[in-house]
Amino acid sequence: MTGPYDRAIVPPDRPSDPRGTGAVLKGRERAVQVPASFDYRRATSVAEALELLRRYGEEARVVAGGHSLLPMMKLRLAGPELLVDINDLHELDHIEQAGDELRIGALTRHRTLLESPLVGRCFPIVHDAEKVIADPPVRNRGTIGGSLCQADPSEDLSAVCGALHARVVIRGEGGERVVPMADFHQGPYETAVGVGEMLVQVRIPVLPGAGSAYEKVERKSGDWAVAAAGVALTLREGRIADAGVGLAAVGAGALNLDAVQELLNGREPSEALYEEAGRLASAHCSPVTDGRGSAEYKRHLAGELTRRALRRSVARARTAQGTTGEA
Amino acid sequence: MRITVNVNGEDRTREVEPRHLLVRFLRDDLELTGTHWGCDTSNCGTCVVLMDGEPVKSCTVLAVMAAGHEIRTVEDLADGDRLDPVQQGFIEQHGLQCGFCTPGMMLTGRALLDRNPDPSDQEIREAISGQLCRCTGYLNIVRSIQWAAREQAAVAAPEAPATATATGGRA
Ligand SMILES: Cc1cc2nc3c(=O)[nH]c(=O)nc-3n(C[C@H](O)[C@H](O)[C@H](O)COP(=O)(O)OP(=O)(O)OC[C@H]3O[C@@H](n4cnc5c(N)ncnc54)[C@H](O)[C@@H]3O)c2cc1C
Ligand code: FES
Ligand code: FES
Repeated sequence: MTGPYDRAIVPPDRPSDPRGTGAVLKGRERAVQVPASFDYRRATSVAEALELLRRYGEEARVVAGGHSLLPMMKLRLAGPELLVDINDLHELDHIEQAGDELRIGALTRHRTLLESPLVGRCFPIVHDAEKVIADPPVRNRGTIGGSLCQADPSEDLSAVCGALHARVVIRGEGGERVVPMADFHQGPYETAVGVGEMLVQVRIPVLPGAGSAYEKVERKSGDWAVAAAGVALTLREGRIADAGVGLAAVGAGALNLDAVQELLNGREPSEALYEEAGRLASAHCSPVTDGRGSAEYKRHLAGELTRRALRRSVARARTAQGTTGEA
Repeated sequence: MRITVNVNGEDRTREVEPRHLLVRFLRDDLELTGTHWGCDTSNCGTCVVLMDGEPVKSCTVLAVMAAGHEIRTVEDLADGDRLDPVQQGFIEQHGLQCGFCTPGMMLTGRALLDRNPDPSDQEIREAISGQLCRCTGYLNIVRSIQWAAREQAAVAAPEAPATATATGGRA
């Protein structure tokens, strides 16, 4: 099909940057950058969305906030034939406490998370991260479901949900299954969501006396992380338990650093322990050199930010326990 | 696809391709060229419009996704000849140089003041942090929005000194 946009097609050999660090497309031919043609359906129910996803199989993609998917479609890094818009599915936009977990609908926007006092109280790490995820207009659109399903190792909420030992609920024709974050990402840009399925909810355990924190270094306000670290833990009789450590922007597979978690559990907090944890974190990630920094620098950050996040998590857990004690 | 978007209080219906971006719909189809189009990569924020009252980057919203929603562009800020206080603030405090970032900046200022009539310096900076001013006039943009906040407060409380001063001091 020809149309006014066909001039705009990006030559496939041009280097491109899905995260828009400064796009590369120049020249008089580049009148406008738009996605290739696709069909669009706005789902009116989760069942309808699932039915469309099933029918179109690999060629269909969910669009939530669109703030990762549309830039990738413009750059021809994604080319779905059908977009299933889930923005009208308000039942997927919720934050509710159910027993000892907080349940967050997949369509919950960054902004809603940032403005939720309940989220801030249970998981200060989420507010730490949300304050530095992108910028306000992007946060008005982007969703937690989109962030996790994008499975970009630089996505802050993935590291946060990893550290919090969150579980995600995937719904398909046959019903729902609940998958721990550690198994959800199966590689960069690959998740456990199969054809004909979608993510509907994120569940995070609410533990008494917990503390958590997120530390991110970015080049400029609103940018993706050079590196970032999230920590969540509880203190039981003065010792660390339920430790979760997740890193962002230092390679895939860092959402749950088992080695660091094992080191921390059962130990009394101390600077020496933080030092050791930082060293392990730095050894257990695989950053690459890019425009945001050298692999060496990112490895250094992974260690230092893990230490800082640990210190703040422990301080917050102590405050939380102090508050519980007084109440 | 046939879509109807409420733009500046009026339902506008057009036939569009699903891949048509909201920024193009506004500029090309509705000829509302006040909304600017810069990087096209959701980084610069010059394309910011209000969607259901909140700032969004219109280069990263499909027109079809805006169907059924309310979009407000810079063309809707003034009421006839009466400028919005934010627009007046940009005049009083020299909030623009080349003017390229200005429509988006003013709409963000408007949305901020609608939620928070007395924002701190830091809150204003945070609100505009997704938008670049290539002329780097950020200080005056912050002052312009502060001016508007004071002006609105003065109008709301008529017994207070009649007009806001144009000194643009710190909040
Ligand atoms: C300028 C800019 C700066 C940014 N900076 C940061 C940053 O600093 N840190 C950060 O973490 N993120 C950042 N982001 C990304 C932002 O957080 C995105 O909003 C987020 O990554 C994706 O959310 P979305 O709802 O927009 O997803 P979409 O773009 O709609 O979707 C992303 C992917 O997830 C799939 N998907 C979405 N929802 C579901 C679902 N419910 N079930 C199954 N699949 C689904 C889509 O099919 C697609 O493959 C930035 C984005 C931009 C444009
Ligand atoms: S044109 Fe939309 S952010 Fe730059
Ligand atoms: S006034 Fe020129 S870009 Fe802001």
